[in-house]
Amino acid sequence: MPMKESELLQGTLDLLILKTLAGATLHGYRIAQKIKDLSDDVLRVEEGSLYPALYRMEQKGLIESEWGVSDNNRQARFYRLTRRGRREMQVEAASWDRLSAAVSRVLRAAEQKG
Amino acid sequence: MTALKSAWSRVIGLLRRRAIDEDIDREFEFHVDMLAEEYESSGMPHREARNAAQRRFGNVTQLKERGRDLKISRVLDELCQDVKYGIRTLLHNPGFSILAILCLTVGIGANAAVYSWIEGILLRPYPLVANQDQVLVLSGTVPGAPKGTEISWPDFQDFRKNCTLIDAFIAEKIVGTTLSVGRDRADRIPGSVVSANYFDVMGIHPILGRGFEPEEESGRNAHPVVVIGYQLWKERFRGDPAIVGKTQRLNGVPHTIIGVAPEGFHGTFVGYSFQFWVPASMQETFDPGGYKLEDRSARWIEGFVRLKPGVSRTQAQTEISGVARRLEADYPTINRARGIELLPLWKSPFNAMDVLGPTLGVALVVVIAVLLIACANVGNLLLLKSFARKREITIRLAVGAGRVRLLKQLLTEGLILSTIATAGGLLLAYWGRNAFGLLFPPRNVVLRLPAELDWRVVALSAGVCLVSTLLFGLAPAILSSKVDLVDALKSESGSVVGGTGKAWIRSGLVLIQISLSFVLLVGAGLVVLSLIRMKNTSPGFSTENVLVTSVDTIAAGYDQQRAKTFQDELLRRLESISGVESAVFARKIPFTYSPFSSAPIAIDGIETRPGEEPRIDYNEVGPGYLATIGIPLLSGREFTREDNERSDLVAVVNETMAAEYWKGDSPLGRRLRVKGRSMRVVGVAKNSKYDNLLEAPKPFFFVPARQSTLGQSLNIRTSLRPEALAAALVREIHALDPDLAPGEIVTMREYVDRMASAQTVAVMVLSVFGGVALLLCAVGLYGVMSYAVSQSKREMGLRMALGANGSDVLRLVLLHGFTLMAGGVVLGLFASLGLTPLMGYLLYRVSPRDPVPFGTAFLVMAIASFTACSLPALRAMRTDPVQALRSD
Repeated sequence: MPMKESELLQGTLDLLILKTLAGATLHGYRIAQKIKDLSDDVLRVEEGSLYPALYRMEQKGLIESEWGVSDNNRQARFYRLTRRGRREMQVEAASWDRLSAAVSRVLRAAEQKG
Repeated sequence: MTALKSAWSRVIGLLRRRAIDEDIDREFEFHVDMLAEEYESSGMPHREARNAAQRRFGNVTQLKERGRDLKISRVLDELCQDVKYGIRTLLHNPGFSILAILCLTVGIGANAAVYSWIEGILLRPYPLVANQDQVLVLSGTVPGAPKGTEISWPDFQDFRKNCTLIDAFIAEKIVGTTLSVGRDRADRIPGSVVSANYFDVMGIHPILGRGFEPEEESGRNAHPVVVIGYQLWKERFRGDPAIVGKTQRLNGVPHTIIGVAPEGFHGTFVGYSFQFWVPASMQETFDPGGYKLEDRSARWIEGFVRLKPGVSRTQAQTEISGVARRLEADYPTINRARGIELLPLWKSPFNAMDVLGPTLGVALVVVIAVLLIACANVGNLLLLKSFARKREITIRLAVGAGRVRLLKQLLTEGLILSTIATAGGLLLAYWGRNAFGLLFPPRNVVLRLPAELDWRVVALSAGVCLVSTLLFGLAPAILSSKVDLVDALKSESGSVVGGTGKAWIRSGLVLIQISLSFVLLVGAGLVVLSLIRMKNTSPGFSTENVLVTSVDTIAAGYDQQRAKTFQDELLRRLESISGVESAVFARKIPFTYSPFSSAPIAIDGIETRPGEEPRIDYNEVGPGYLATIGIPLLSGREFTREDNERSDLVAVVNETMAAEYWKGDSPLGRRLRVKGRSMRVVGVAKNSKYDNLLEAPKPFFFVPARQSTLGQSLNIRTSLRPEALAAALVREIHALDPDLAPGEIVTMREYVDRMASAQTVAVMVLSVFGGVALLLCAVGLYGVMSYAVSQSKREMGLRMALGANGSDVLRLVLLHGFTLMAGGVVLGLFASLGLTPLMGYLLYRVSPRDPVPFGTAFLVMAIASFTACSLPALRAMRTDPVQALRSD
């Protein structure tokens, strides 16, 4: 069952985008697709929030973009991580790991007590 | 700051909105297409797939707006960052920044100053005159005359009637009158006789009273009315608000003042500020030679035309040439071979443009050279700095900073430098806007050579700023952004002097500097030499022990008889002053702006067709003139008091005239007919210069003033200084007429020197900028040598450790410097040989290839480069081998 966008926390979307861009330079459509594929269709990013997020992150200097040619030979805008973006990704990923570990610990503890 | 930022973001938003919107549109369109394809491949029909894809974007307008805001603020942030970063790096290195800004300020300031002179003197020379682009000079042409000629009033009227492409014809004749300044001094004030439409066509509205009415230009002396200049009104009439309607005597004729020209209008002549205008009907009162308005052969008009909108100069020229040909056919004797030429204002033959134009042209070439030298210097400095920053740049590239961004940053830095320099340069130009006029020697009329610092000059300077930024900023920027990462990260040292990676660019820049400086030095040397030769040229009359001044009895309203009595009595009184040898009146002092009298002459035994008689200039002089002014007499006698109205008409001719018309026979006793009056030649005078020092010998003759026109200029042979004689002169004049005052009293030497003004100005311009260029060039050479030495410390140390001594190292460095210098000089030599012939008119009896200036330039260059190299060389010599090898 795919998750609704509203259920994705703001910071989470940014982290997902950073992570997707960690290994490659991608255009907006491919970013959305990759998030969907990697999450086995669980996470679906809506275009209405993807682009504002991309522009916001570009403004913050986390990613940068330039026009390039897509696989099917069309002009597309490609995004890639900046140095700052990479640092941000590491920090955010670590804190996400901590957060999710904490959440699962709480869940497990609740189960055992339950 | 926030307010500033939001204001900025609005500006950028406006400027970039479209580009950003398009960008977002294209990005979304691509995404929608991809989505639609995805849906289609899963079986959805084409149309439905598109709709579904579009729906996913939701409210596109809102999305775009948010995106746009974010993007705009990013562009802004980057710009702010670049500027901040640029300012920080510049502040970090204040010595470099100040040096670079100073170099550029000099370069750009010199350019702005010369542009503003060109704008104010050549292109838009007449302040307040409307649409100067549409105004052309109307000049007559005749084969054999190098400069344009005047036009007669009847011809002028025919052109006026028959040219359909021309909006308006203006006639003007430069004249003058003398007005006393207080009791002791009279000044010549320039004014002009104009057609009645003058003020209307020029778009000048008098601030008091009116301009001329159409009927005021006709009728012999029928309309004694005058419009006076603002300055005259303020100074002489103390700004009298009720001036209109009052009367002022001009050249003895009472004129009614009908108007006052607005402040800032100086007439339509370059150089002097005009102070009065009278209508064409008053021509006879101001322009000697009788009434000319009905005489087609009397040419006196220096005209202007204003083209109709949309008409080109060529079209108007074709039309008016047609009319001129018809006039030639209608009046074959008078208008034979006469044509008309329409010229842009800066080519006017009727003022000093022929001197000013080329002088400013040379100045322009010189300042461009100075700017190039300054740019080369700053480029070199930036290059050196970028080498010092190589590691920083390399690291930034390695961590993924975009090269474009890096380029932008380096250019921003350059732009900050040149913007500051441009502001400084414009300030320099503003301060120097009257400097050009000051370069000319003082005269007794107000000289006006203003600079015009209008938007065009500012725009041009901004353009120069951009171009120079690209010149000095781009090369280093590209070079350093092309840094090879691996290579650069490896330590860079141990290179050979001058052999470093990009050394050829630095050396190239210095080479250009040296060659340009060399050219300027040669140019300066040539004009200095010609000025010296000019000052040493004898004009053919004495420049020592002769004083000249004027006593204007015409302007004071004397009639012939009263003027004669006054002059005789004044000369008698002057000659009784101890120290005064002789004194004599003449109509003209040589070398004044106003032309000599000139008339067609006829000589027995020489056949000429009517209308083709040779015209020869002459001067009307008093008894003993030649002795007083120091022109030797070759044979016969000169005029005495006996040559007066009651005796036979006589003339003295010069040697060229004698040789040309009497072919070796003695002209003494022969007859010469001038305007129908037959004169007996009584003497032959040695040739002298008449209009200027540069002229070739030409035929000329003298007639007694008593038998022709009385002169107003007074020549005095005396050993007294002008100051010493001035008081006595005023005293003697006042004894005869308390209301009369003499004009400025100067030595003949001073008078002749004023003639050399074009050369003097060129000398000043070239020497000042030549000096600046030399200095900039020496700084550049010093910079390159110091850097080379500091980069090759290890090599020096090694050489010294291996047994080379200090003097070997010194020799190595000096040799490198001299190689550069020699290369630059050779380049400069070729450039100069090509360029100096263009200085033609500025060179007086000096070959453009005269070895003296070339040799001097070489010597100066050698001394400058030796000085620039010796400091770094000495530093290299003192290298401590141990330390040098250990460092790094």
